[in-house]
Amino acid sequence: MAAQAPPAIELIGIDKSFGPVHANNNVNLVVERGIIHGIVGENGAGKSTLMSILYGFYEADSGEIHVNGEPVRIRSSREAISHGIGMVHQHFMLVPPLSVLENVMLGAEGGPLLAEGAGAIRKRLAELGREYGLVVDPDAIVGELSVGLEQRVEILKALVRGAEILVLDEPTAVLTPAEADQLFEMLRVLKSENKTIIFITHKLREIMSLTDRVSVMRRGEMVATFDTASTSPPELADAMVGRKVILKVEKGPSHPGPVALEARNLVVRDDRGVARIDGVSFALREGEILGVAGVAGNGQSELLEALAGIRPLSSGEILIEGQPVPAHELNPHMERLLGVGHVPEDRHRVGLVMAFEACESAMLGFHREPVYGKGLFYSRSAIVSDAEKKMDAFDVRPRAPLLRTANFSGGNQQKIVLAREIERNPKILLVGQPTRGVDIGAIEFIHRRIVAQRDAGKAVLLVSVELDEIFALSDRIIVLCGGRITGERRPEETNAQDLGLLMAGVSERAA
Amino acid sequence: MSTPLKPLPAWADVALIPLVNVAAAFVISGFVVLAIGENPLEAVQSLILGALGDLEGIGYTLFYATSFIFTGLSVAICFHAGLFNIGTEGQAYIAGLGAALVALHFGFLPGYTLAIAAIIGAALFGAAFAAIPGYLQAYRDSHIVITTIMFNYIASAIMGYLLVNVLRKPGQMNAETTPFGDTALVPQFHEVLAHFGITWPVTPFNLSFLLALICCLAVWLLIWRTRLGYEIRTVGANPTAAVYGGISPARVTVVTTLLSGALAGGVAANVILGDQHRLILEFVGGFGFVGIAVALMGRAHPVGIILAAILFGVLYQGGQALSIDMPKISRDMIVVIQGLVVLFAGALEHMFRRPVATLLARRTTQPPI
Amino acid sequence: MEWFDAFIVVFASGMRLAVPLILACLAGLWSERSGVVDIGLEGKILVGAFASAAAATFTGSVWLGLLAGVAAAVVFSLIHGYASIDQRANQIVSGTAINMVADGLTALIGNAIWSQGGRTPQLPAHAQFGAIIWPFANEIGAVPIIGPIYQHLISGHDIVTYVAFLLVPLTYWALYSTRFGLRLRAVGENPAAVDTAGISVRGLRYGAVVICGVLVGLAGVYLVLSQEGYFQPHMSAGRGFIALAALVFAKWRPWPALGTCLLFGFLDALAIRLQGAELPVIGSVPVQAIEALPYILTVVLLAGFIGKAIPPRASGIPYVKER
Repeated sequence: MAAQAPPAIELIGIDKSFGPVHANNNVNLVVERGIIHGIVGENGAGKSTLMSILYGFYEADSGEIHVNGEPVRIRSSREAISHGIGMVHQHFMLVPPLSVLENVMLGAEGGPLLAEGAGAIRKRLAELGREYGLVVDPDAIVGELSVGLEQRVEILKALVRGAEILVLDEPTAVLTPAEADQLFEMLRVLKSENKTIIFITHKLREIMSLTDRVSVMRRGEMVATFDTASTSPPELADAMVGRKVILKVEKGPSHPGPVALEARNLVVRDDRGVARIDGVSFALREGEILGVAGVAGNGQSELLEALAGIRPLSSGEILIEGQPVPAHELNPHMERLLGVGHVPEDRHRVGLVMAFEACESAMLGFHREPVYGKGLFYSRSAIVSDAEKKMDAFDVRPRAPLLRTANFSGGNQQKIVLAREIERNPKILLVGQPTRGVDIGAIEFIHRRIVAQRDAGKAVLLVSVELDEIFALSDRIIVLCGGRITGERRPEETNAQDLGLLMAGVSERAA
Repeated sequence: MSTPLKPLPAWADVALIPLVNVAAAFVISGFVVLAIGENPLEAVQSLILGALGDLEGIGYTLFYATSFIFTGLSVAICFHAGLFNIGTEGQAYIAGLGAALVALHFGFLPGYTLAIAAIIGAALFGAAFAAIPGYLQAYRDSHIVITTIMFNYIASAIMGYLLVNVLRKPGQMNAETTPFGDTALVPQFHEVLAHFGITWPVTPFNLSFLLALICCLAVWLLIWRTRLGYEIRTVGANPTAAVYGGISPARVTVVTTLLSGALAGGVAANVILGDQHRLILEFVGGFGFVGIAVALMGRAHPVGIILAAILFGVLYQGGQALSIDMPKISRDMIVVIQGLVVLFAGALEHMFRRPVATLLARRTTQPPI
Repeated sequence: MEWFDAFIVVFASGMRLAVPLILACLAGLWSERSGVVDIGLEGKILVGAFASAAAATFTGSVWLGLLAGVAAAVVFSLIHGYASIDQRANQIVSGTAINMVADGLTALIGNAIWSQGGRTPQLPAHAQFGAIIWPFANEIGAVPIIGPIYQHLISGHDIVTYVAFLLVPLTYWALYSTRFGLRLRAVGENPAAVDTAGISVRGLRYGAVVICGVLVGLAGVYLVLSQEGYFQPHMSAGRGFIALAALVFAKWRPWPALGTCLLFGFLDALAIRLQGAELPVIGSVPVQAIEALPYILTVVLLAGFIGKAIPPRASGIPYVKER
């Protein structure tokens, strides 16, 4: 289509680093006008960064942006808007207590008095409602709308500003399937009006059903671009996952024992009251590693938090060694006493106190135990020597219990967390993203220690968005999508494509 | 957007930056003195002479410092839990009521146990009054800053009512209670030293100072050597990690405010039991707010608080001498300095970080000579 | 009708007491609606009061007094703004500092210049705002009911009072009917939304901080040029904090702010009126109970026992651009 017209967007050699993180590495991308162009990639592949650069939220370290064939500099969102670029952020940029009309007007008021522009915008909203089926009550308060309608307001904001190129960042992450279908319908209508749409997702089903072209990002690089019609989910999954260094962990067969941890019909809600885990049941046995695979944001975090006693259950039951844990005992303190160790997904925000000395971080959660001093006071020497023991056991470098936690590298911080949770000899070990932001050497080490736990007869639940990690460690894999288990596999019976489809919510029989 | 700063060396973080901040406050204070037509250096001289020039001055300086140690600790302990307690002023005021009630009604207690009971009464009243905003913060989600501001005024109203209408000594005009009995008093140093045959001029400097030092040690032990202190610091530094670690931020909030209020009660011990020997109106006189400056300047560490409290003691006592030597520099100058310390050591604490970092970087990259 | 006349007198005095509260409360409203928490209102009232007294004393001009008072309060507002917006300071700490510096500095300079313990000389009548008597105030005053209302409540106030009352609808209008108001309301709730709409968060917040300074400066000006005729140390006497309480009580909205400030002013007038008076049935009411009522009501409201006061979502949080 429109082969002669210049592409709507052309990105040439975009490079962006955040400190040591190379988020975008020489990225090239051509988006033709009037199509829906998908960008897929795993979490942290650099999709959002690239789009933030296009929208002027960040400036690239180097590289060029062409809009409609013209080279442009985009240093602020205002400039992006003036080039006809609109963006629907993953976290909506809306002001909840304001009305739809006010949210749409913000930054496009059309004069110092609201009354001047309000009429025109009201009219424009009505038009857009007719043209694209984007109907919202302009006087409704945004905070009282459903998520789907909020997203509609975001799209309207962009269109009212005259966006010809619309970027949607993970737009379906927060939508119900019905709302997602409505969104796709709207996007098709927009395309038919010659708007250009860039659609970021990691769900292959959406790419296949919606887009005309698709580009794949992996670890900050743009690795491939296909015509959607001429590609397939397996090919895309392959490109997304890539040929990573396969981390081979020496691991014998597992010898599962009795059930250590059982979840029955768990329902867990997030802070907004949305069910993020919706009827999940599984059993975890001693001496096995159960991997929980899934794209981030499909309920893994909530599952882990609920099992660890941090987030309350809305309904369902957790049994430890066959005994149901009463609700009032479902708290982190009691769970530790019951022998549950927990390596949280986010060591910065949850697992460690960055401002503390390493030895103090190394006792978080166990700080009431008598090893650290029996009377009223802690024994500093006990705290330090306990930390030294843990640091030795996990080869934490530098071996400096008095160094501030923040001054250790990511891998060594993670080792501190693992050492803390493992050295207290738990029966059940909950592990979330054990190697996120960790260097290769430490990854191998951490993997070996997790397997060693299994071999020592511990029940290990491993949540990870890294598929190789799931493959390398798990004896059994369950896949979460949208808060439900979409399938269970043994690693030897499956492959990345198969799991990718389960993660994308494609039904069991696929692949 | 500014580029991220390289971390400063530890010594710069702990000592240099705070010193630079405090120095900025004093330099500006110097300009204020200059602007009202006096010589800042002479002013400093007169101030130091008045505060430390003789034993009497030193006595008064340490008397003020005692109150400031208590209020500084009260504010600081809340800082460790991530709480901003502006209510130390009101808590100390209500604590005076506790001290007075015990002193006046528990006369049956033998000897100096009465004074000790009165101090405990002060601590309990201070703690109880602080616990209400603490509870409201922890369980009703109302911001402790606003509630403690309101509670300062509520304290003032309660005390005004009680002193005028209930506790006032019959047949007396002044809103104050009858003087306490001798055993309800915290002995003053000149009395104590007299027992050992040492003469020391009569000043209100009293044994509460020792209590303040003991409290410093106790707070230090509590914060850095006990489980509760560990929990307080965890909640202050990272509430999410606290929850993960099985710590209840709500419970820690209430306990911390209780302790904070009890520490504020030390002002009542020092001023009411140690000096006034009766309950009077407005005896706290802004010392609670000085505590904010002391805690910020002392970086919430007991040693820093002692140093900062003594500095403010010097300012308060020396300020009096200064206002006699240089009538243009009234004691309000001290409040200005206090405010500037809060501004530079608190609000603008990172302002000098970049220039200092640049300076240090330049120095360390210079080739060795 | 004796009770009615008494009521009118108390109400009129309540109105006068409410004026600085209204001005300071609106000042706080502008600042906090933009996301900058301001507990430094008290100090800025003092600064405004002192500067207006000093300028009016030196120049003999009430208008230069007004200008100086407002300008001085704006300077202090900008210091708080710089700390809060650019230095991303703890806004509570910064506000506390402003209060202390203002409290000390005004008394210090006042004492240094006039050597009367910080008090400034009494201003001559021409250097103060006089009462504006509306047409036929005295004649209509004789008419029952309407007369006293016209004579004492509507007529007979000074210019700052009328401005204060006019500022309520003006604030309402500016907040809800202008572009600036819309952006301001948005930036206090979700600055990222404002930023991505291509609007400067910093610019908006500085704008709000300046408006705050102007209004709170007027509150100080009123105390000196409309009420007392001189400056005295600590003369704000907690009004900045009552205004803060009123702001919470009014849930950061202009019309309820007016109502609350009038209520608090009225309570204050009542407390003065009832001093030492014996009431039938109740007996003597402790004045302190009435004085403490605004604070107690605010605490009760904040605790969510009667409705819930939710501040602007982004207030007190410095804006840091991040993913």
